[in-house]
Amino acid sequence: MTQYAIFLYAPDADEDREPNPAAGEEHVRYSEQMQASGEMVCAFALEDSSIATSLRGDVITDGPFLEAKEVVLGLYVVDAPDLDAALAIARQNPIHHQGGGVEVRPVEDSWIRPTSS
Amino acid sequence: MDSSDVELAIVSAHRSEWARLLATTMQMTRDIDVAEECVQESFAEALVTWNRDGIPNNPGAWLTTAARRRAVDVLRRETTFRAKMPLLIDDDESDEGNAMAGSNDVGPSDWSREGSDVVQDQRLRLIFMCCHPALNPEAQLALTLRLVCGMSTPDIARSLLVSPSTMSARLTRAKKKISIARIRVEVPRESELTDRLRSVLGVIYLLFTSGHTAPSGDSLLRTELIDESILLARMLCTLMPDEPEAAGLLGLLLVNDARREARLGANGEPLRLDEQDRSTWNQFTIAEARELIEFSMRRSRPGRYGLQAAIALLYAEAPTFDETNWAQIRHLYDELLLVWPSPVVALNRAVVTSKTSGPQAALGEVEALEHDERLASYHYLYSIKAEFLSQLGRTDEANDEYRRAAELSTNDAERRFLNSRIVDL
Repeated sequence: MTQYAIFLYAPDADEDREPNPAAGEEHVRYSEQMQASGEMVCAFALEDSSIATSLRGDVITDGPFLEAKEVVLGLYVVDAPDLDAALAIARQNPIHHQGGGVEVRPVEDSWIRPTSS
Repeated sequence: MDSSDVELAIVSAHRSEWARLLATTMQMTRDIDVAEECVQESFAEALVTWNRDGIPNNPGAWLTTAARRRAVDVLRRETTFRAKMPLLIDDDESDEGNAMAGSNDVGPSDWSREGSDVVQDQRLRLIFMCCHPALNPEAQLALTLRLVCGMSTPDIARSLLVSPSTMSARLTRAKKKISIARIRVEVPRESELTDRLRSVLGVIYLLFTSGHTAPSGDSLLRTELIDESILLARMLCTLMPDEPEAAGLLGLLLVNDARREARLGANGEPLRLDEQDRSTWNQFTIAEARELIEFSMRRSRPGRYGLQAAIALLYAEAPTFDETNWAQIRHLYDELLLVWPSPVVALNRAVVTSKTSGPQAALGEVEALEHDERLASYHYLYSIKAEFLSQLGRTDEANDEYRRAAELSTNDAERRFLNSRIVDL
C-alpha cells in the first residue's frame, strides 16, 4: 500500500459568498465513507485562504504563499495500492462538481504524533 | 447642563479615551466587534446621562464603568462565550473576565484598583495587534484608525480615498483574520520587538504621508490624517518612553508639520523648500521636535526615524535655504544609508552632494544608481539627473532626461513642470 496525499483546490472564494451547508454535507458523507472503508489515513480542512500568513525568510505577508486563482481548501491522505486506485478515490470527491479539482501526490514520508493515552 | 458643553466633553473623551476603553473592554469580551459595540453604546449612554445629570468629574472612569457594565451583560447572555470566542489574550492575564462574570460590582472601585500603567499597557497591546505584519499594510492602517483612533468606517474610507463598502469589507476581513488566525493582543517579546515596532512606526508614518499626498481630496480630510498620525505618535512615545525610534518618529512628524502653513502657495500649489516663507514655520513645534530628536540621537546607533528627523530638523533650523548645513546633512545621510540601505535614500543623498561637492560628484552618485532595478521606473531619478546635467551645461543630455522623467510621471502638474524645464533650456 502506498499513501497518497489528495489536495483539494477550488477558485479563491469571494469573501462575501454565503457558506453552502449542502456542499459541506457532501464532504462529510464522502469522508465518512472513506473512514468506514479504512482508506482514509487523515484529513484536514483549512480555513479560508485569506486567513493565511506567508513567510519568506524574515518577511511576513498577509495571504497565501502563491497568488493564484485557485487555492488549497484542505487535504486527505489515503491508503491505495496504486495510482489508479488513488485516482478512483479522488474522483469520488464532491469538489469536482463544486467547481474545483484535486491534485494527487504520493507521500514520501510521514510522521504523526502518537495519540497520548 | 448646556448641551454644547456635553457635546464638547464627549468629543474630547472620545479622542483621549477611545483606545483605552476599547482595549480594556476587549480584554473582557475577547471579541473585537462586541467590544466596539459596548464602547460605542457607552458614549451614546453618556450623551443622555451627562445632559441630564451633568458631566462627571472623571469622564474616562465613567465611560469605562458604562462600557464594562455592557460587556458584563453580553457575557451573561453568552454563557458559552469561552467555548466560542477565540482566545485573544492569555488566560493568566485576564482574570478580570472571570471576576466579572460572577460579580455585579463594576463600580469606580474597579477602575481605581487598576493601576494606570496596566491600562496604558493595554493600549499598547492594541496598537501592536492592529499593526501585526500578518495583516496587509492597508488593513493595518484601517484597523489602527478604527480601533486605536476610534474613527468611523465612513470617515476612514473618505480619508483614505476608497468607497465605504470597500473599507467596511477590508475591516471585516482584517478582524476575521485576527480572530481565526488568533493574532493576540499583546506587546511582542523582546526578541521580536524591533521588527514589530518597525511595522507600528511604519503605519503611523504612512498615515502622516497619506495626509500630505492625495491633493485631489478635500484639504480638511488630509489634515485629519496628519492630526491622527501625530496623536498616535504621541501615544506611542508616552507608552514607550525609552524607545528612541518612537521619539524620532514623533520628532520627524512634528518638524514636518511645523511647515504645514508654508507648504502651499496662494493658489494652493505646493511650494519647494527654498520658496517657502520661513517666518510662518511654527517655531514652538520645531522646538518640541528638537528635544525629541536630541533624545533619539543620543543612541550609539540612531535609527531610521531619528536620522530622518535629524535631517529634517537641520533643514528647519537654517535661517535661509542657502545657509542650510549641507555638510552635516550629508553626514547624516551616510548614517541613514547604513541603517536603511535604500536606493531612494541614496538618491536623496546625491541631491545633498550637489550642495556640498558640486553637480559633477552628485552626477556620479546618480549614475551609480541607474542600474538599480528598483529605481528603473522612478521618475525622480531622471529629473534629478537632468538637473545636475543642466547645471553642468550638458543641455542636450539634460533634455533627454527631462523627457524620460515626464514620460514616467503619473502626475499632471509634475509633468507640466518637467516639460517646462525642457523649454527653459
